[in-house]
Amino acid sequence: MLNNFGQTFKDNGYQLGNDRDSPIYHEPAYWPIMFRVTPQWHRESNDRVAVDKIPGDASSGLVESSISKSGFDLSSIDIVAAGTLSKNISFFVQPFINSGSTSIAQTWVRLDNLAGSRWLNLKMGKFELDEPISQERTLTLNNTGGSYYNYFFTPPGDNNFFTGIGGTQLGVELLGHSDNDYTRYSVAVLSSNNGQTGLPSNQTYDVYTNYTQGFEVPALGLQRVGVYGYFGKSPTYFQTSDGNPIPGSGTGNRSFYRAGAYGLWYVGKFDFSTFYMHGQDNVFLGNSVPANQPSKLPAGAAGPAWNGGFVEGHYDYNPRLILISRYELIRMSRQANPSIRGNSGNLDTWTVGYRWYPIMNPRAGLAWVQEYSRIVNAGTAPLSGKDDINNSFLMGFDFDF
Amino acid sequence: MSLRMSFAVTFFLLSFSLSSLAQEAHVGNLTGNVKRGKALYQRYCIFCHGTYGDGRGESAPYLDPKPRDFTKATFKCRSTPSGSLPLDSDLYDTISRGIHATGMPSWKPLTRQERVDLVAYIKSFSPRFQEEKPATPVVIPPEPTTSPESVKRGAELFQTMNCWLCHGKEGRGNGPSASSLTDSKGNPITPFDLSSGAHFKCGDTDQGLFRDLTTGIDGTPMPSFSDALKPDQIWDVVHYIHTLRASNKSKPGQTQAEPKAE
Repeated sequence: MLNNFGQTFKDNGYQLGNDRDSPIYHEPAYWPIMFRVTPQWHRESNDRVAVDKIPGDASSGLVESSISKSGFDLSSIDIVAAGTLSKNISFFVQPFINSGSTSIAQTWVRLDNLAGSRWLNLKMGKFELDEPISQERTLTLNNTGGSYYNYFFTPPGDNNFFTGIGGTQLGVELLGHSDNDYTRYSVAVLSSNNGQTGLPSNQTYDVYTNYTQGFEVPALGLQRVGVYGYFGKSPTYFQTSDGNPIPGSGTGNRSFYRAGAYGLWYVGKFDFSTFYMHGQDNVFLGNSVPANQPSKLPAGAAGPAWNGGFVEGHYDYNPRLILISRYELIRMSRQANPSIRGNSGNLDTWTVGYRWYPIMNPRAGLAWVQEYSRIVNAGTAPLSGKDDINNSFLMGFDFDF
Repeated sequence: MSLRMSFAVTFFLLSFSLSSLAQEAHVGNLTGNVKRGKALYQRYCIFCHGTYGDGRGESAPYLDPKPRDFTKATFKCRSTPSGSLPLDSDLYDTISRGIHATGMPSWKPLTRQERVDLVAYIKSFSPRFQEEKPATPVVIPPEPTTSPESVKRGAELFQTMNCWLCHGKEGRGNGPSASSLTDSKGNPITPFDLSSGAHFKCGDTDQGLFRDLTTGIDGTPMPSFSDALKPDQIWDVVHYIHTLRASNKSKPGQTQAEPKAE
């Protein structure tokens, strides 16, 4: 997460506010672009995979077995260009390259300080939501615990087009903040396309909002709390042609929401992020049933609901060495279908690691990273229905320039 | 314990406590802590001002003007006379406000305590803060009402005091001496364009302008006029400078409040 100065800089549209923010004041050779990539070695294991008793013999029957794999690997390559087009006009472009494909993670332009007010900043494009704790800035990278599950959770049996608040979305965002950034708000109106370009879904709109308040505690310094919510609708079926769905023709929209509260706490060299989310989807989304065919809903069907959260702690031994730990959980409070086990979808994740920066300067950074993460998915073993456990270990160089 | 030993221990403890006090900072009811200030400095300031506070951080070559060299204890924005150390509150105000048209941003996102901690650590770079005390701050008398006569007198003083040699006849920062000016470290320096409407480096209030003319801006060719001009004359110059600003957005008596040491 960003410290308050970094958050202020970002909220100001990557401007320091010293009358030297326009590109005309930059060195002609300076081009605000960087890339980030992580060469790594990692090991992944899953203790309950359905495998043939005799490899290659599909008739031999299935058993649950542990599978592990390890080796050298490479992350996707993030390319980021960001800065100002002019005073009070900011931009951000972030393509990423992954296994031969290129995608656009974010691209937006922002009009800063409209009418001379820091409370009015308007952004349009594809962007990361003003998340309580940024998914894009997470300090962990491994497969199992590298991202926040609460940000991407979908209940068992659900076919909601929306995959979570962790993804980048298309729309407009109005954001404002106080002089010292202690008070912040944002409201975004988003196409209900889950961030996918080309209008693949229907033309409905979602709303995301976040409100943050910082306050000082004597001897501890700045602390921060906030509330957020994502309220949207997703299609439950598409118009068809010869039985095939027509992209962009989704209809039968039904509602869903994700909402919660969070706190960022600083105690000397320790800092903690605490996050809570409550989620709920409409019964048709939860059961993957078209809204025009209610008779297909199973008896006792309901909109799935769940609660989740995490606690993440960092110990900043110094600016170059950070110890990381996180515990995250999700608990289903209501399943969409009574036939689904009550604990299906529940998960618990533990992550520990550290980042050490032998190089840290204004133009480049290099971190040596080691992480271990373990996730327990309740009742998802393919044959026995027992808990399924995955482990990840990663070490590598995370560098940018 | 012998008398000599007792005296030595007392002397050591007294020296130690005086040294610690010298590296503290006091702003309002807050006391800055050097150790905490060092940690903050290493996170936020080191890239420009350098590990040793000498203004030679990794970003320094790309900045114009160059970052302040704290080892010299020469500070632009002060309430104390030219050549004197600044008050702790002067350093605090500069950190809070930032310095416009330079690479120094406002650090208001840091808490007040953190800013005072930074003041304490910045002072530790120069032995002057242990050896000297800041002089008494300059007195800023009440501002007289601006008038055409006051502005006219200010215009005449702007000429006779040779302000135009650096700032130019219309205050555009293009006087005949402008191209040859250097700061105290020999780096080229550009006179402030008074006509631009940009924020003044040390604050935008009339009182701030009066203070700058009275104290001068140490480390730059901008001298103190406290001996050459009477307070009423300095106010006349302040009123004249306002008429040079293109946008005239900061009219006398209508200026924005400047951050004060809380």
